[in-house]
Amino acid sequence: MRELSLHIIDVAENGIKASADFIYIEVAEDIPENEFKIVIEDNGSGIPEEMLKNITDPFVTSRTERRVGMGLSLLKEASERCGGVFDIKSSDKGTIVTATFLHDHIDRAPLGDMTSTIMTLIIGNHGIDLEYKHIFNKKDFIFNTKDIKEVLDEVPITDPTVLGKLRTMVDEAVKKLKKGID
Amino acid sequence: MAKLTINDLKKIKEDVSKATSVRNMEETSVVTVHFGTCGIAAGARDVMNTLMNEITEADVHDVKVLSGGCLGMCSSEPNVTVQIKQDEPIIYQNIDGNKIRQIFKRHILKGEVQTEFALAKK
Repeated sequence: MRELSLHIIDVAENGIKASADFIYIEVAEDIPENEFKIVIEDNGSGIPEEMLKNITDPFVTSRTERRVGMGLSLLKEASERCGGVFDIKSSDKGTIVTATFLHDHIDRAPLGDMTSTIMTLIIGNHGIDLEYKHIFNKKDFIFNTKDIKEVLDEVPITDPTVLGKLRTMVDEAVKKLKKGID
Repeated sequence: MAKLTINDLKKIKEDVSKATSVRNMEETSVVTVHFGTCGIAAGARDVMNTLMNEITEADVHDVKVLSGGCLGMCSSEPNVTVQIKQDEPIIYQNIDGNKIRQIFKRHILKGEVQTEFALAKK
């Protein structure tokens, strides 16, 4: 994957397929500590214990359309070749995937267009709620569709005009966060 | 902590409510962009972005956009499925920004199936 934000869609979609209705996505960048961390948490049905042991083996998958499952294997590879650690925990209450990277590692793919990732998840999956937290040097920005839907009331969050405006707001907020402006 | 302010959201809501009150919100077509690992790596997100831009620009509100899983035909990704009303769904293959633009303008808006991009035909 050319961008880490593409891995995030992939793992989040796994959770949605496991009937999750809430996805939590955290991107934490800590420059002094040289750490880049991604956390993707869902409240789906989880991964059976037997399968979890080998989940990052490309030949282990729950799908029936084809016999290989690359998603988690690719993220694990990406993280480990950048001096990071990959971890997955799962129970019948949901799954938590964590991948860390050395922030300045030459092979670390850029985060990329994270706003498009969030918008894509909102557009394509009607009915799920999503929280996106971006932490940059201990300061954070939180985007939660539950809060937004409450204010929007009868206007659907998937309306293209709403999405267009939310996109601009998230872009600006993350840009400000990175520049250290409150 | 930075957060979107309630006032910002209220403003969005007011703008959109005004515009949508006169529209017919019934969805007549369903477009599924397939987001398996293969589709994502091949550019499904860019296809989704272009599609949303086209929908916004054309100001149509009867198109439902969904994200789907892998179809099992990973080499032809990005795949997009278009279903208009009760017609048979059409699966398109190797889609990029330009192709989805053409599919949107011709198939979704005018009902002309773009057979040149279809996955298979007799």
